[in-house]
Amino acid sequence: MTREEVFEKLNAVFRDVFEDESITVNDDTTADDIEDWDSLEHINLVNAVEQEFGIKFNMGQIVSMKNVGEMVNIIIEKLG
Amino acid sequence: MKDLEYPFDGNYIMKKKRSLKKALLADGSDRIHKKIAVLGGSTTHDIIAVLELFLLNFGIEPEFYESEYGQYWQDAMFPTDELLSFSPDIIFIHTSNRNILDYPEIGDTAPEVNAKLEKVFSNFQTMWKKLSETFNCPIIQNNFEMPFFRLMGNRDGVDIHGRLRFIHRLNERFADHASNCETAGESFFINDINYLSACYGLDEWSDPQAWHMYKYALCIPAIPCLSYNVANIIKSIYGKNKKGLVLDLDNTLWGGVVGDDGVDGIEIGQETSLGQVYSEFQNYVKMQKDIGVILAVDSKNEHENAIAGLNHPDGALRPDDFVSIKANWEPKSENFKSIAKDLSLLPESLVFVDDNPAEREIVTAQLPGVSAPALDAPEHYIRYIDHGGYFEVTSLSEDDKKRNEMYMANRKRTELLESFADYGEYLTSLEMEAQIGPFDKMYFPRIAQLTNKSNQFNLTTRRYSQDDIEKAAEDEGNITLCGRLKDKFGDNGIVSLAIGNIRGEVRDELHIVLWLMSCRVLKRDMEFAMMDELVAAALENGISSIFGYYYPTAKNKMVKDFYLLQGFEKISEDADGNLTFRLDISGGYIRKNKYIKIIR
Repeated sequence: MTREEVFEKLNAVFRDVFEDESITVNDDTTADDIEDWDSLEHINLVNAVEQEFGIKFNMGQIVSMKNVGEMVNIIIEKLG
Repeated sequence: MKDLEYPFDGNYIMKKKRSLKKALLADGSDRIHKKIAVLGGSTTHDIIAVLELFLLNFGIEPEFYESEYGQYWQDAMFPTDELLSFSPDIIFIHTSNRNILDYPEIGDTAPEVNAKLEKVFSNFQTMWKKLSETFNCPIIQNNFEMPFFRLMGNRDGVDIHGRLRFIHRLNERFADHASNCETAGESFFINDINYLSACYGLDEWSDPQAWHMYKYALCIPAIPCLSYNVANIIKSIYGKNKKGLVLDLDNTLWGGVVGDDGVDGIEIGQETSLGQVYSEFQNYVKMQKDIGVILAVDSKNEHENAIAGLNHPDGALRPDDFVSIKANWEPKSENFKSIAKDLSLLPESLVFVDDNPAEREIVTAQLPGVSAPALDAPEHYIRYIDHGGYFEVTSLSEDDKKRNEMYMANRKRTELLESFADYGEYLTSLEMEAQIGPFDKMYFPRIAQLTNKSNQFNLTTRRYSQDDIEKAAEDEGNITLCGRLKDKFGDNGIVSLAIGNIRGEVRDELHIVLWLMSCRVLKRDMEFAMMDELVAAALENGISSIFGYYYPTAKNKMVKDFYLLQGFEKISEDADGNLTFRLDISGGYIRKNKYIKIIR
């Protein structure tokens, strides 16, 4: 899966989880950029991403992700 | 909503919870409003969010109080002002084995282990007692899931020091407490996460990541499964269980098509593995009947073939197990409607069990609110119907166990009716006797249940908890009546209720705030017998006029003219269609009941 394809799928997950069709995520997107993205919704988001890509992040990865770009890096690595 | 029916896709529900909620709130359905306090020993955020969806889908609009993280015990023992003023209708205590802080250690003596057990249990028991005293409402309490490791391997479930054994013993104590509460008439229910986590897979359920990162006591994808289980208990408490199964025959109750294959050709019994599967399913359905689930048949078949199939010597079910058998070539949705009508039930209170997706589609499209579990293979039928929780049993009354008999008696009454030219003669021949009197403690659970599940013959649709009923009965400013109707075919149990408030400057007005009757005794003149008794009690209390109210809902049109038929006059109507009626009894009252013998 190319980086663009990952972003495309990821974007759809974000729109579903936050029920906001205007969301477009990029490498630099962080929780500060999306209104409802708090620590409790983060849990749900991570779960939805895992389900979408059929992967499971480990604790270290979840803790270290700083922005969406890093999340995409990990997804690509896992799918690799 | 299909997305929320078992077997559901939990991850989809979690992901789409916002849009699902919007859709549910926009569907325009009538819902009862209930306040639910969730006291958690771990994170409860999404548990509540998903519970809300399931409850909305069950016709309950919840409002939540959520304790601060892990504060379940503090909130219960020292309720905050917020919780006190919230005044919950239901309390759900979400604890898990993560909340057991003092497990046995390997060096503990047996008395020390017992003391630890006692301490954990009494902590909970003290809390339940305090909650009951403060809020007097139903409590739903998780039991404990098994631990995710077994220090001593298989011995862990045997040795008193093992966490597994400790949890088993605790769960047993919780179960004892629940059954003691039932005996004492208190509402306390176990949310069996021990069973749920086993079904889900304990290793996944107990995912340490969910605990250590988020302080969830279960893995995130399991949340809907937990919330659904809680929602089932709540909907059952409020009388929103389904009442019966409407079953297809061919490839549902047996393998093959009886019309083509003949009775000898269908698969049921011990001969083949598929036959065994259908046998097990028939046995399961028969057990459902024993707990009060009504059974009916809706099948595309010649009637005689259907009966022949049901008389197959290896089948567990017999034609007499069904209160209605519609085997013909009419559309199944039409049969379904007429089954519901014959039983005086709403179609949505029945579950459609059919192996054919097309038939399920037609029935659910024609009859919104009907559940039709997506059966795929016969070996899954039991699980889908069972885990669907349609008939979640929060209380099992004698009425429940006898329900099929009651409906069967109704069938006999209908047959009798057809033999009479005059309806009055028919009523006389039923030899009816009614016991009508003030609310009696013995009947409080049934009375509360009736107020929560009667929709059609219900003038004000006011819902009461058992506690409310007790208060209403004790209030000297009230006249309460509950009526039980028997006839030569059987006892219908408590079927009608009324509560009147005495008001007015000289306390000579009676305002009927609750009047309802079970549809199973429609057109038996029970409502006249009840009114006669209410008026008699009113006259004894020096009442000169009685006021009746009709508040329209989507379901109670049948009683719009109820008070006019009782001889009241309409005195007002507001913009919402709420009606007020009055009956002057100062000049006397003529009793209307002619067919029912009254026993006071």
